Amino acid sequence: MTTILARFQLDYGDFKLDVDLTLPGTGITVLFGHSGSGKTTLLRCIAGLQRAPLGKLEINGHVWQDSERNLFLPTYKRPLGYVFQEANLFPHLTVRDNLHYGLKRIKQNSGTVKLEQAVELLGIGHLMERMPGHLSGGERQRVAIARALALNPEVLLMDEPLASLDFKRKQEILPFLSRLHQQLDIPVLYVTHSQQEVAQLADTLVILEDGRALASGPLPETQSRLDVPLAQDREAATVWQATVAEHEADYHLTRVAFAGGSLSLPAVDAEIGTPLRVQIYARDVSIALEAPTATSILNVLPATITGIADGRDGQTVVQMRIGNQALLAHITRKSALMLGLQIGMAVYVQIKGTSILN
Amino acid sequence: MLSASDIATLWLTFKVAGYATLLMMLLGTPLAWWLARTASRWKGVCNALVALPLVLPPTVLGFYLLVMMGPNGAIGRLTTELGLGTLPFTFPGLVVASVLYSLPFVVQPLQTAFATIGEHPLEAAATLRAGPLDTFFSVVVPLAKPGFMTAAILGFAHTVGEFGVVLMVGGNIPDKTRVVSVQIYNHVEALEYSEAHWLAGCLLLFSFSVLLVLYTALKTQPVAHPLK
Repeated sequence: MTTILARFQLDYGDFKLDVDLTLPGTGITVLFGHSGSGKTTLLRCIAGLQRAPLGKLEINGHVWQDSERNLFLPTYKRPLGYVFQEANLFPHLTVRDNLHYGLKRIKQNSGTVKLEQAVELLGIGHLMERMPGHLSGGERQRVAIARALALNPEVLLMDEPLASLDFKRKQEILPFLSRLHQQLDIPVLYVTHSQQEVAQLADTLVILEDGRALASGPLPETQSRLDVPLAQDREAATVWQATVAEHEADYHLTRVAFAGGSLSLPAVDAEIGTPLRVQIYARDVSIALEAPTATSILNVLPATITGIADGRDGQTVVQMRIGNQALLAHITRKSALMLGLQIGMAVYVQIKGTSILN
Repeated sequence: MLSASDIATLWLTFKVAGYATLLMMLLGTPLAWWLARTASRWKGVCNALVALPLVLPPTVLGFYLLVMMGPNGAIGRLTTELGLGTLPFTFPGLVVASVLYSLPFVVQPLQTAFATIGEHPLEAAATLRAGPLDTFFSVVVPLAKPGFMTAAILGFAHTVGEFGVVLMVGGNIPDKTRVVSVQIYNHVEALEYSEAHWLAGCLLLFSFSVLLVLYTALKTQPVAHPLK
């Protein structure tokens, strides 16, 4: 199992970064936080674009930085791919030459295959002879992603690649990122402040605040942690990985299976076995002490309460476990008192609504 | 019409300017790169030293160079040690003096061009496996091309037009150090106004053409001098 070990300390006076993270070597790890939380600085330290005076960085067993041994691999010697917030293409080179810029500088031959795959994946084949100045923002960013992927990097670093794009362009690129996620086995570190991007892309979530990592772990577990402000947010949600199990054509419904049960969703046009991300907002989850017998809600599941915390505006945040899945519910404080909810109680959750993310 | 000696001075002038421009580009490029990127506290001092010839009377610069390159000056002793003799009143001396005199006209456009490129393309190149020197030639040079053109043209043209430094350091030796501006002065002193007209006209035409190229073909912003 490949892993990423990243430990950095730097102090700019008004900003301090102090993190010690162990991240998985597969899937998309999202570094989430508000501006000034240190997420971009952390990514730049990993890339070597910034040098933390105290730091140790190990990727797949290779040490890229170890301040104790005064070892610091310059960026151009690190086998990484980097996608900047602004596409940062070379304005004097065509799309083709931009894509080949890095490729010419690595020795392995697998590069051209990766490039073709990246061009195909990002749908930029028709742009090859254009100059970057004549591309739309979304096209530029797709070229930038392909340029980074073409190098077949050991880790792909993405610094808010969608932040400078408008809503429509974001929706244009997100599917490409999801596909990238499914088709490539390169670990991705993805910086964003958008909860939507977290929900759509993250396998692992790292929450940063004031230069520190508040929480780090698999997405649903981290999303539902009560000691992290995210669980209190009005938009608080948990994302489950599920697979399409059965179509109920008569009712226009699809059943999806997850570790610990199944859910009925509005019909999904996908083959049996297709992986899906299902997002469940905490405000759409209600709690009952006994299995409701007569209810219009289809998704009623047994759960165990694992945590309770006060929310904002008279709300109570309830953290539960269904099989292996974590789930959050926002209910009123009055309901929580009336039901006498306590940690360890077995309850039933009713899920009023779900959304499918891909 | 231009006499044979007039043509010789023209040829010598362009030769001095050519060598000086070549040296200034070689010297000025790393200097401008350093000035554009350093946070060193010596940056201000270096900027001021490079810009000095813009405000100093050429005779003052010429005087100090003459003293320093003479047999008792620091540079003079060094060149004598190296077996090169002393530099004043020689062609190499003229080139060295011209380099110092015109350097700001090369360094400042380059410095501006480098600063305009900014960090982003350099960082992109680093993430695409390009080392610093590779990045300089594959990214910085193409992006700063107008800056290089402007620097070379201004450096060359300014050297062609110098007078005070040349007269102090080079003197007035035919075929060795006598350049166009000095020859015009000679003509006027000898009341040969028609000869002076021809040469002066040549320089006027040359200077205007150079500036026309700069401001039309290269679209350089018109500035009084590169300090601004």
